[in-house]
Formats: sequence, C-alpha cells, structure tokens
Amino acid sequence: MAWIGLERWSPYAAGIGLGVLTWFAFLLSDRTIGCSTPFSRAGGMIERLLRGDKALARPYYHRVKPELGWDVMLVVGVVIGALVSSLLSGRFSLQWAPALWAATFGAAPWPRLATALVGGVLMGIGSRWADGCTSGHGISGTLQLSASSWLAVIAIFAGGIATAFFVFGVSGG
Amino acid sequence: MLQRIRSHKWAQLGIGLATGVLFGFFLQKGGVTEYDVILGQLLLRDFTVVKVMLSASITGMLGVHLLRSLGWVQLHPKPGSFGKTVIGGLIFGAGFAILGYCPGTAAGAIGQGSLDALLGVSGILIGAWLFAVFYPKLEKPILHLGDFGPVTFPELLRVNAWAVVIPVAIILSVFLLLIERAGL
Repeated sequence: MAWIGLERWSPYAAGIGLGVLTWFAFLLSDRTIGCSTPFSRAGGMIERLLRGDKALARPYYHRVKPELGWDVMLVVGVVIGALVSSLLSGRFSLQWAPALWAATFGAAPWPRLATALVGGVLMGIGSRWADGCTSGHGISGTLQLSASSWLAVIAIFAGGIATAFFVFGVSGG
Repeated sequence: MLQRIRSHKWAQLGIGLATGVLFGFFLQKGGVTEYDVILGQLLLRDFTVVKVMLSASITGMLGVHLLRSLGWVQLHPKPGSFGKTVIGGLIFGAGFAILGYCPGTAAGAIGQGSLDALLGVSGILIGAWLFAVFYPKLEKPILHLGDFGPVTFPELLRVNAWAVVIPVAIILSVFLLLIERAGL
C-alpha cells in the first residue's frame, strides 16, 4: 500500500483512475463527471439565501436548478479526496502563493490572491458560456466523442496557452 | 437494479460524494491540483496535464462505449454552437491561465492547502452567477450562433461508434508515446 502515500503518481496511473471513475458515473448515476455546473447551482443557492425565492426567477436557473444534488456533492468530495491524498503523502501545506508564481512575481500574498479572484471570475463566466469545463468537456465529453467537447478543449487550450505566454512573457521575462 | 440505484435520491448523493473523493484523490496524485503543473502545461514546458487528461479520456472512451454496446448506459453529449463553445472556451482558457486551476482542480487545490484556490473558487462562483444574470441577453444573439446540437463524431460520420473509438484511442496513445519520446 506504499503507493497510497506517494506524493505523485505517474500521470497515466492517475488518468486511468479518472477514466475508470467515469465508467461508474455512467453506470451507477447515468451521469457525466463535470465540475462547473455545480458552481452555478451553488451561486444560485447563495443568491436564494440572500434574496429569497425571487432569485429562482432567473431563466438560467430553470435550466440549471440551484439545488444540492449529485454534482455539488462531487465537488465537495473533490476537496476531501485531495485533502486525504495530500495528508497521506505529507504534501499538505498552507500556502499563499505557488512556487512558480512566487519565483516570477514575488511571494507577497495579495497580488496572487487578487489575480486568482480575477482569473476565477473569467473562468466562472467561461465555463458556463461554454457549458462545460476541463472535466465536463475535457474528459467526459471527449470520451463520448462529442463534437462540442473537442471544439471546447481546443478553444480552452488555445486561450490558455496564449494568455499564459502573454502573462509570463510580459511580466515574467 | 441499476434503475433502483439511479433513482434513489440519497444513494445518488452518496455516490456523487464518493465519486468526488476518488476524483480529487486521483487529481492530487496526478499533480494537476498544482498551479505550477497547470502553468507548466500552458507554457508548454511540462505535459502532465495532457497526459492525465488523455489517459483518462482513452480509458473512459473504451469502457463507456463497451458499457453502451452492452446496453447498460447511454451517452450524454452536450449541445454545442460556435458562439457558445468557441467563445466560452476562449474565455475559460484566459481564466485557466490567470487562475492556474480549473473548477475541479481548484477544489482539489483547496484540499491540499493552496489558499489562492479559495479566492479562485470564490471568483468562479461570482463568474457563474454573473453568467446567470446576463444569460437572457446572451442567449439569442450569441449562444445560439452556429448551433450544431449534441452531436458525436460517429453520428456526423454515420458510422458505428467503434469505427471511431478504436482509431481515436490509437491516435491519442501514439500521441502520448511521442510526447514521452520527446522527453516532455
């Protein structure tokens, strides 16, 4: 059982594990694994807490119901799974700025936190706009040979690579 | 039996949670909950993300199509359009590079103690909410631009699914082999 405490697995072992999980999601739940729809649901649930049932009038929430279901539990599970994995390997540590960020832009927390917030907002908009993310399109969609998902993955990496080179090229050197 | 499990509300919440725990475990072990690994991929220095995603996709593709041939599962491809899929994907990509996590790996990064991912997840929530607010304005003029529906490649080509699954699985495997050979 030493493998369970390793800090890193071969990316292929991790990928095969993720692939096998998709079989069970189809079989036991008739679902695809995706991590961005639950953020819409959670956003709607928070708005409902603040504004009451008026929030449910938004047309988007007729399509994506703001309720606690399979996919919201999935994302909660991801936090727990990564926590267990990192505790078992000793990787767990509280960290404000990742190493590559700190080496390029400095280790001060605030610039990194502000950037993460801005990036998150863009990603939240983009994931709903494209109707899927790197899990929903990138893994679950490509494995179904879905045309929309292959196109989404190409757009995601095109946008991601261009932005990464711009950000690190301009400011990082 | 499967129908009973699939329609049992509490069982489904438990299965969703258990699937998530394993999903997060594999993401963390694969290294893709690390900002450095994701930016390494987008800067084309480290191909870990591609290796994890493609091996997951190949494994999933073979198994899910086998289950489908046995008549046990149905596919759920998402409808797409150029206005939705391409523009949305590009915005997502920009966010991906700036945040350095995706929605799933951001949740995983929180689990391993990366505090910047907490702000990232807050941002994703705000962004998803903003989209819900502006959805009525975007739907007709942009999201339906160039609609092509929930179509799969075997349907487009009018062939048996396996006639695409096998060649795609081989091509993706060869691609992974070439990446390894190139030392990436």
